[in-house]
Amino acid sequence: MITRRTFVTAAAAAAALGPHARAADPVKAAWVYIGPIGDHGWTYAHDQGRLDVEKAFGDKVKTTYVENVAEGPDAERVIRRLAQEGNQIIFTTSFGYMNPTLKVAQRTPDTVFEHATGYKTHSNMSAYNSRFYEGRAVCGTIAGHMSETGVGGYIASFPIPEVVMGINAFQLSAQKVNPDFRTRVIWVNTWYDPAKEADAAKALIDQGVDIITQHTDSPAALQAAEQRGLMAFGQAWDMTSFAPKAHLTAIKDNWGPYYVDRVQAMIDGTWASQSTWWGMTEGAVEITPYNERVPANVVAAAEAVKAEILADTNSVFAGPILDQSGAERVPSGTKLDDGALLTMDWYVAGVQS
Amino acid sequence: MTEAIAIAILMTVIGAATPILLAALGELVVEKAGVLNLGVEGMMLVGAVSGFAAMALTASPLAAVLAAMAAGTLAALLFGVLTLTLTANQVATGLALTIFGIGLSALVGEGFVGRTVDVRPPPFPAPLAEGAWSRLLFGHDALVYVSLVMTAAVWLFLTRTRAGLILRAVGESDLSAHSIGYPVIAVRYGAVAFGGAMAGLAGSYYSTVLTPMWAEELTAGRGWIALALVVFAAWRPWRLLLGAYLFGAVMTLELHAKAAGVSLLAPEFLAAMPYLATVLVLALISLRRGPGAQAPACLGRPFKPAH
Repeated sequence: MITRRTFVTAAAAAAALGPHARAADPVKAAWVYIGPIGDHGWTYAHDQGRLDVEKAFGDKVKTTYVENVAEGPDAERVIRRLAQEGNQIIFTTSFGYMNPTLKVAQRTPDTVFEHATGYKTHSNMSAYNSRFYEGRAVCGTIAGHMSETGVGGYIASFPIPEVVMGINAFQLSAQKVNPDFRTRVIWVNTWYDPAKEADAAKALIDQGVDIITQHTDSPAALQAAEQRGLMAFGQAWDMTSFAPKAHLTAIKDNWGPYYVDRVQAMIDGTWASQSTWWGMTEGAVEITPYNERVPANVVAAAEAVKAEILADTNSVFAGPILDQSGAERVPSGTKLDDGALLTMDWYVAGVQS
Repeated sequence: MTEAIAIAILMTVIGAATPILLAALGELVVEKAGVLNLGVEGMMLVGAVSGFAAMALTASPLAAVLAAMAAGTLAALLFGVLTLTLTANQVATGLALTIFGIGLSALVGEGFVGRTVDVRPPPFPAPLAEGAWSRLLFGHDALVYVSLVMTAAVWLFLTRTRAGLILRAVGESDLSAHSIGYPVIAVRYGAVAFGGAMAGLAGSYYSTVLTPMWAEELTAGRGWIALALVVFAAWRPWRLLLGAYLFGAVMTLELHAKAAGVSLLAPEFLAAMPYLATVLVLALISLRRGPGAQAPACLGRPFKPAH
């Protein structure tokens, strides 16, 4: 296991070893993670993608990763180190790595970079993301059917478009089922703090929320829901083992196909900078098996939403959509396009943030 | 605000306060003996993973508690050997202990990721905790009551016993204590071991009570809050209790406010509050003259007995 600290010494030792990789050598690919690979959520999912790359290419690729890298100056140092060490493709897997990645990309033109969940690109830096909101729409549909209090709780990390569109997709889909449905949001200002996530879940439950979803990386909120006999959704990976009764389904991030695709492009010499936004259609977003407590008609409704999304991903944000002030943001008959989604900074009516 | 919600809020405040109180009580004794152990976070993590492992393997709450305390003690003794016997720098060694604890707990815990354990019931008979208010009194995990008893015990020990007096003497003036024949190093070893056991216990509160699971860096920096708390409380046990509940309230109240649809203050400000409060108290302490509220005079100073 490599942590940020041991990595620095290991990298220094490796740098002393001599010249960079030659053409015949395996492609060196590196990943930078925001949390521990043992978080059983976001970082875990990315690491499963890295393992898929190892499985797909065998000795033709050599992968490394650095976990627990804080967003900010720390990240820049780690990314630069990885580039200096001879990694040819570097995946940086958190929104806050965007500017550090860009900075390093501009200075090391021979290395290519892939940044997750951001919007900036460069001649040697791609942006990639998954349409998690598609999964949120399925969860919202289930919540609309199954919530008895009509209030869903949403534990959110930071108010970036990624998180905002997830909240909106959840609320929009839930209110299609139950027009009175409300989504109550708590910002915890962290991606990973199990105790705080659990406290946030309890606070929401005490205020009448009976179904919880989260945009943070640990299963703590699910455990809180389980203890109180309520319902919740898994995040990034199937979290059933933490909450066998409460866990209705999970949005699974499947990064493997994208990582394999990009490393293949490196090997073929066809890599080019691009912006990729894959979703259910490409298998990047999956809905894990439904809990047996979800009734058949609700499963059918969830599957119907899934089919709708597979046919047209932007159907989630079809008008009419009102914002919190009651003004119409998206008129009937139109849909929000990807550009509008990626800069989303407003909440739909029914979101209490 | 209804009564039920008020009680629910108090329940989470107590939940957030208990582990930092436990860890801070241990560190208070350590610092009173003149040793500064910055490895609280590391010892908590080692305790958290050991407690969880013991609980997962044996399903015995007692085994979990003992394993957590033993693991914390071992980590602390490692610190003791380095700083007390080998007189290494305490600040550097403490920081190293935290980094070591993060890595070691991640390694040991690898096989336990993705598992969960049953939360043990409160120590009192279930009917006792039925009403809302009686739940507030009797509905907590055993460690909540342990932390309260330990606060009193630490206070009694430090202020009312001969052993406590010796420990304080060692912390205030190691040379004087040594010259009149007290075993300075042995006393400090004892204090450091106690601090480790308490930190381990605090860690197990996260992994077996609050969020019954193991994940890397589960305690997410609470060890640093415990360290700040000791200074905030000016090394006094009862003030430590007060401070722990205050910090616990700061950490959870904003969540409840937002759940209710009110936003009190910027969350970033609230997250910084424990540290801001500590800096403020430090400033106040240095302004005030007179004994009692100052840091132990020998805090962080290695002791090398003259031959």
